[in-house]
Amino acid sequence: MRSGAETGRSGAETGRSATTTDPAGTETGAGFDPARPYEVDPQVAIRPEPFGALAYHYGNRRLTFLRDDTLVAVVRDLGAHPSVDDALDAAGVQPGRRPAFRTALRSLSESEVIRAR
Amino acid sequence: MFARHEGPARTRGYTSAMPDATLHPADEQAQHTDDALVEDELLVEEISIDGMCGVY
Amino acid sequence: MPAERLTDELKRGLDAPICLTWEITYGCNLACVHCLSSSGRRDPRELDTAEAMAVIDELQALQVFYVNIGGGEPTIRPDFFDLVDYSVAHGVGVKFSTNGTTMTPQRARRLTASDYVDVQISIDGATAATNDAVRGDGSYAAARRAMDHLAEAGFGPFKISVVITRHNVEELDALESIADGYGAQLRLTRLRPSGRGADTWNELHPTAEQQRRLYHWLVGRPGVLTGDSFFHLSALGEALPGLNLCGAGRVVCLIDPVGDVYACPFVLHEQFRAGSVRDPGGFAHVWRASDLFLELRAPGSAGACSSCGSFDACQGGCMAAKFFTGLPLDGPDPECVLGHGETALRAIAAGSAPAPGPGHSVPVPLGRRMLAAK
Repeated sequence: MRSGAETGRSGAETGRSATTTDPAGTETGAGFDPARPYEVDPQVAIRPEPFGALAYHYGNRRLTFLRDDTLVAVVRDLGAHPSVDDALDAAGVQPGRRPAFRTALRSLSESEVIRAR
Repeated sequence: MFARHEGPARTRGYTSAMPDATLHPADEQAQHTDDALVEDELLVEEISIDGMCGVY
Repeated sequence: MPAERLTDELKRGLDAPICLTWEITYGCNLACVHCLSSSGRRDPRELDTAEAMAVIDELQALQVFYVNIGGGEPTIRPDFFDLVDYSVAHGVGVKFSTNGTTMTPQRARRLTASDYVDVQISIDGATAATNDAVRGDGSYAAARRAMDHLAEAGFGPFKISVVITRHNVEELDALESIADGYGAQLRLTRLRPSGRGADTWNELHPTAEQQRRLYHWLVGRPGVLTGDSFFHLSALGEALPGLNLCGAGRVVCLIDPVGDVYACPFVLHEQFRAGSVRDPGGFAHVWRASDLFLELRAPGSAGACSSCGSFDACQGGCMAAKFFTGLPLDGPDPECVLGHGETALRAIAAGSAPAPGPGHSVPVPLGRRMLAAK
């Protein structure tokens, strides 16, 4: 199963962040909109860990550490809510933490861990 | 802290987060004003699957 | 909540490896002078197909995301493709490392058909002269043919993996050009004094000056992979990409061809053998409960490095490099960028370093061309 417009093997398995291969941010993620519904990409496995969870995308080989249990719960639950913000509400994320969560979710969108549905 | 933990070179989703979500609202406000002093924390860190030593 | 550094949490180990190396055979049709596994002849006790598939079942149950298959030369196993296909079908992504000698156009096309198999071709020089001095006559040409076949099949980005030596560190730009020409990813890894590498390390390992040049070359090239194998160079400045810590027994490990589990591929020695997949409880039990791995996950001290301000950056370097040069594990790496390793090595009695295991090397015939001094 190939993800998006890229073949699995041309996914960003670089030593550093994908911004070096996508400087204009024109790939998925730049259009991250927390008012829209999202879901975990079907090629992603999420494995619980003491520090939160590991998310691995089998298509683009990218490995992401989710370092917050609430964030993990939000990510897992995205598919059940009509918007990202709704999922944040349901998880009880305080307003003061919303910017941090949205930034994290935007980066997860850029690395294709989550996608708009 | 060493730069390698916070620099953009190996992390994505650089973000600030409050250190304790169970603080009372008053404390949260106090924490907000102290944001500049509280070290930014990362909720998401990306690492290459090739970025683990001991694998050839 | 990230209350401490991620790396500190990872040092305590995980319930399962994130990825790992699996050497599926000691057999090899080459005889590289620095082979970390002293490969050559197959071992009669190698895991059979059913046992190998049982290992894959365990990796799937543990949710290991990715396995790096190697050897020896893994493709000489008749069931090689069966194991790769089985692994992919059971949720474990595969990268395999090969010398390329068996890469026919048909195999290249077969590999292209899978989205979840990555290929890594080994060369150790940008020219046949440099490469073949280490890997044997004709090995460079065979590797390049393999790359050509993958390119012709439309495989996409494969990896070209180079072990950095005193002789190829001058060819970094040329290696990068080769990779760019194929649209491949260049991967540079550290030579350890492991396996046959123990015999050639003194002649082959890069000099301190070369290490500094390598470090600065890598810092400017985030697209070059390193397998996090140069974390000891992080004391030179900005850390290179990666976890920057020894993953052995904590986030990665090795399964060898006869099912023995070691901390990593570079410590094939009884002292770093954690158990066997054939033991009751299989691989999972070894990973979670072996004495060795529990010891590696316990907090360590900086030991002799505690007075050095760089310890937090370099983590004291590589366990394998210290072990096989006879240095204590709680002291500096032999290639410590501050020179502390060189100082420590001078205190080592000649011949006192632990010997690698007996290995599976093919006996060298008399008259074989020896590594030429440069």
